[in-house]
Amino acid sequence: MERVAPDAVGMRTERSRSEIIAFLLMAAVLAIAPFFVYPLFLMQAICFALFACSFNLLIGYVGLLSFGHALYFGWASYAAAHLAKVGTISIPVWFGGWTWLVIPLPPLTPELAILGGVLFATLLGLIAGALAIRRQGIYFAMITLALAQMMFFFALQAPFTHGEDGIQAVPRGKMFGVIDLSNQMTMYAVVLVIFLACFLLIYRIIHSPFGEVLKAIRENEPRAISLGYKTDRYKLAAFVLSAALTGVAGATKAIVFQLASLTDVHWSMSGEVVLMNLVGGLGTIFGPVVGAFVIISMQNYLSALEQWVTVIQGAIFVLCVMLFRRGIVGEIANLLRIKL
Amino acid sequence: MIEIFGIPSQALFGQLLIGLINGSFYALLSLGLAVIFGMLNIINFTHGAQYMMGAFAAFLLLQHTGLGYWPALVVAPVLVAITGMIIERTMLQWLYKLDHLYGLLLTFGLALIIEGIARNFYGSAGLPYQVPESLRGGQNLGFMFLPNYRAWVIVASLTVCLGTWFVIERTRLGAYLRAATENPTLVRAFGINVPRMITLTYGFGVGLAAFAGVMAAPIYNVSPQMGAELIIVVFAVVVIGGMGSIMGAIVTGFGLGVVEGLTKVFFPEASNTVIFIIMAIVLLIRPAGLFGRGT
Repeated sequence: MERVAPDAVGMRTERSRSEIIAFLLMAAVLAIAPFFVYPLFLMQAICFALFACSFNLLIGYVGLLSFGHALYFGWASYAAAHLAKVGTISIPVWFGGWTWLVIPLPPLTPELAILGGVLFATLLGLIAGALAIRRQGIYFAMITLALAQMMFFFALQAPFTHGEDGIQAVPRGKMFGVIDLSNQMTMYAVVLVIFLACFLLIYRIIHSPFGEVLKAIRENEPRAISLGYKTDRYKLAAFVLSAALTGVAGATKAIVFQLASLTDVHWSMSGEVVLMNLVGGLGTIFGPVVGAFVIISMQNYLSALEQWVTVIQGAIFVLCVMLFRRGIVGEIANLLRIKL
Repeated sequence: MIEIFGIPSQALFGQLLIGLINGSFYALLSLGLAVIFGMLNIINFTHGAQYMMGAFAAFLLLQHTGLGYWPALVVAPVLVAITGMIIERTMLQWLYKLDHLYGLLLTFGLALIIEGIARNFYGSAGLPYQVPESLRGGQNLGFMFLPNYRAWVIVASLTVCLGTWFVIERTRLGAYLRAATENPTLVRAFGINVPRMITLTYGFGVGLAAFAGVMAAPIYNVSPQMGAELIIVVFAVVVIGGMGSIMGAIVTGFGLGVVEGLTKVFFPEASNTVIFIIMAIVLLIRPAGLFGRGT
């Protein structure tokens, strides 16, 4: 025992050091990147990186494969876009007949619009999560996919989403009434700050006692139950957190691109975020970021190939599952024997 | 004109018929998923793509070899089943020991590849496929007009579904299959070639999907994305029914088709979503599914 303990402590500091270095490196690269790369592309990649990281919180640390995360991403972006552009909320309510409950609001500032989007995603996550965690494994994936598809049809039919057109020309506005986001670099700085803050939050969640319980559930759920943990509550909490953080990504993307469209709620988007995680490395902290950048770059640079992009994505799926299950970051971490 | 619940009976029975047709496809597809899941313990995301391949195989057979509907009904499923068995031998068999989410991810990737290739060569628009000569026209039943082809689809899929149920639940071959599902090692010790049985089971499940695809070709157009949306609905059907029971898959498939058809009459806005809403309700009341055993 005495021989093991110092080693274990040594490993621990060694490991967290590699993570801190990697984080500082990532922050530094992202901070100088807009001077070399088209900022709009970077912002897209960063939003997807946050989306992928939020998704990873579920699959990597609770072992739950959600196949419907486009639901929170897409609907957060609809909510944020609507709040920023129109403001007024109309909810159908039943008072012995359907009427509209109208909450008159002016178009909101971007930070409030994003907050609204996140709240909506959280609410959706709470409902969908409460349903989905009633079944395990493969069924969990199918339920999340089916619920997302249901909300896709709502997005198609609801008047405020404008169907195929989406919500266009969303104003970026002034954050807190002072920071003008129409400047590309200012927008980039805001996106980067949001991303890094959420990334640190996810890191903190994973390494908290709560996160340790999540990992215990991933490894052996019956055992966690027998130890007295109400695993369903933990799973639901993780699901809601993941949905909320996904909402941050979706809402921010809507403000950046001034657009919320059906693409973001479609099932193929749910598949894409799974792919980003798989390519980067499931259950690694930096994997989803790398995966998101790889997939988004691929889509941008190969966009001339049009339909073949789907085929290539499918082929990457197959390759990763058959030969490359650790993903890029997982392989590097394994090679260098460090934690990333 | 006779009216039922204030709805003209023509419209009501017409939608009921469409519901039964959709239900036939739900039943065939969820049956295939259940058979595959029982044996391989993976959920076959490629199922929708393989349904589409069935329809395309029928279309291509007609175009290039002149084989009509009836031969295609046999040849297309066999061809697609062979591609399925190749997939099982070359890829799926290496994943059985891993977490079964990898099986889902692999088959999802394969579905993207197959549908992407089909879209590249045939575009997104549907290709027409004629109803076979012998099944054109229809019967006037007095209260509604019943096209012969639609009646055939319902009868054929019911026959295939019940035949599958009979083979699995009532014959010696089915008994081996069920035994291998419960305890493959023991069944292997009795000298039965379990890996081959797994391959053939996958082929059979895929063949069912392709069979459904051929039957769907004259009703819907043959198009690359015909399977993608359908498979998500079928997943919901499978969640509602639970994959533990073959009969459960058949009954839920037809039942939900009918419910969906009726929704089109009474509350058309919800016809796309009604199956998902039923799924949510079932999850609240009976989390294991209507015919499910455990999780």
